[in-house]
Amino acid sequence: MALNRPSPVGRWTQHAWRLTALPLILLFSIPILMLFGRSSLQAIWENLGHETVIQAMLVSLGTTLTSLGLILLLGTPLAYLMGRHQFRYKRALDTLIDLPTVLPPSVAGLALLITLGRRGLIGGWLTELGIEIAFSTTAVVIAQTFIAAPFYVRAATLGFASVDGEIEQAAQLDGASRWQIFRFVILPLSRLALLSGAMMSWARALGEFGATMIFAGNFPGRTQTMPTAIYLGFERDFDSALTLSVILVVICFLSLLLIKVMVAYEADSA
Amino acid sequence: MKLKVLLRLILMMELLAAGCAPQPTAPTQFPAATAALPTPPPMNTSAPVEAIDLNVFAAASLTNAFEEIGQHFEAQHPGVTVVFNFAGSQQLAQQINEGAPADVFASANRTQMEIVIKAGGVVSDTQKTFVRNRLVVVFPQDNQAKLTTLQDLTKPGLKLVFAAKEVPVGQYSFDLLDKAIADPAFGATYKDDVLKNVVSYEDNVKAVLTKVALGEADAGIVYTSDVSGADAGKVGQLDIPDALNVIASYPIAPIQTSKQAELAQAFVDWVLSPDGQALLAKHNFIPVVK
Repeated sequence: MALNRPSPVGRWTQHAWRLTALPLILLFSIPILMLFGRSSLQAIWENLGHETVIQAMLVSLGTTLTSLGLILLLGTPLAYLMGRHQFRYKRALDTLIDLPTVLPPSVAGLALLITLGRRGLIGGWLTELGIEIAFSTTAVVIAQTFIAAPFYVRAATLGFASVDGEIEQAAQLDGASRWQIFRFVILPLSRLALLSGAMMSWARALGEFGATMIFAGNFPGRTQTMPTAIYLGFERDFDSALTLSVILVVICFLSLLLIKVMVAYEADSA
Repeated sequence: MKLKVLLRLILMMELLAAGCAPQPTAPTQFPAATAALPTPPPMNTSAPVEAIDLNVFAAASLTNAFEEIGQHFEAQHPGVTVVFNFAGSQQLAQQINEGAPADVFASANRTQMEIVIKAGGVVSDTQKTFVRNRLVVVFPQDNQAKLTTLQDLTKPGLKLVFAAKEVPVGQYSFDLLDKAIADPAFGATYKDDVLKNVVSYEDNVKAVLTKVALGEADAGIVYTSDVSGADAGKVGQLDIPDALNVIASYPIAPIQTSKQAELAQAFVDWVLSPDGQALLAKHNFIPVVK
C-alpha cells in the first residue's frame, strides 16, 4: 500500500509535465487578450458608429449568411453521397473536398479569378451573357463558399455515416420512402453534426480574407468585409481595425463555445 | 458513447483546420509583391565571415529594382544577406512603428516616412530622397475598352482598379484627379466620373498591375517603374502629361534602432551611389543623383 502511494515530491514531478502545455496556451491567449487590452469599451462604442465599420459589418453579415445558405443547400446532398454511398474514386473526391481547407486563401482567390473572372473559362462565357462576377458582392459569397463549405461537408458526411444502416432498413420495411427516411430518420439522427458543421462553416466564412481580397477586391459597402477592413484599417485607422478585431474574436469565441456546449449536452443525453 | 467520440472527432478535425480569426497582417498576400529575393548562400571568402541579415523594408513599387540592388550589395558585402519586406509603404510604416525588426526603410512617399519619424523610428533629417517616379495609366494588352485618352477613363461601365488612398500610389492617383478638374480639358466632373468607375481599392501597386494585366480591370494607375522590364509587355500604357503628372518622391533612411547601423547606412549610400542610381534608372525610375 505504502509503496504505491507516491511521495509529495513524486506527485509533483508526476504532474510537472503539464507545465509543457503552458507555452501554447500563452501563445493563444496573450495576443488575443492584447486586442482587448489595447481597446477600451468607449473606443469600441465610438468606432461602431463609423460608416466604414458599419458597412463592413453589414457586408460580412449579408455575405456570410448567404454563403451559409448556399453551403447547406449544396453541401447536404454531397455529404449524403459521401457518407452513405460507396463508389469508385471516392477517396480522390474526399481529398478534393478537403483541399480548400489547406490551400492558402490567396491561391484560392487566384484560382477563382482565372476561372470566374471576365477573362476566365466560365467567367468569359458569363460576361457574354452580361454577368460579371469579379469585384462584386457575389464574388465575396463565392470565395467564402469555396473556402468554408468543406467544413460543413466533412461534418455532415461523418454525421450521415454514423447513422446505423439497420435503422434505415427498418424504416424501409415499414414502408417509408427515400425522402421520408432522410427527413425523419437520418436528418434527426445526424442533426448535431450538421449543426456544428454549419457553425464552423459560418465562422470560417466570417474570417475569410485572402481569397476575397484577390477575387472580389476591396470596395466599401460592396466587397469590403470585416477582415478586409481590418487589413486596410491596420494601416490607416488602427482603432477601427481593433474594434472590428475585438468583435470578430468575441463572435468566433462564442460560436465555438456554443458548438462545444451543444455537443456536450447532446452527448450526455444520448 | 459512439456519438460522443464521433462528435469530438469532428470538432477536433475542424478546429485543426479552421481559422476563425482573420488572416494575420502578413506583409502582403499578393504573390507578385511578396516575391522575396531567393536568399543566396553567404559568399565564401577565405576568412570566415559572420552571417548577417540586413532587413530592408521597401515600397512594393521598388520590388524589382531593389532585388537587383540587393544582389549587388550582397556581392560587395560577404556574409550579408539582404532580406526584403516589400509591401505598401503605409503597411511598412505601421510594422516598423509596431516594432518590426527593420534596418532600412524606403518609402514611396514622404507621408509614410514622416509617420515613422514621428514615432521615433527614423531620426529626422537622416532621410534622403533617393529616386522619383511618375504615374502612368495602364490597360490590358488587348485594350477591349478602347482607351486612347485620359478622358476615356470616364466612359460609363468601365472597370477601374485603384490603389487605396492609404497607399502612396493611391494618394498620388487622387492628387492627379484633383489636378485634372482644374484643367478645362477635363472638366469639373472628371474626378467624380472617374471614381464612379472604380470597382476596387487595392492594398498595393503590384495588385493593381496584376488585376489590369489579367484583364479583370479595364485600366488602373501605377508607376512608370512598374511597367519596366518583364512587366512592360503585359500591359498597354496611356501617358499622363507633365502638367498633370504627380511626381512621387521616395525617401530612404536607416532605422534608428538597427543593430547594424553601419551596414544600414552602407545600403542607403549604395542606393544613392551612381551604380545604385543607374540601376534604378534602368527600372524606369527617375534618378535624383546624376
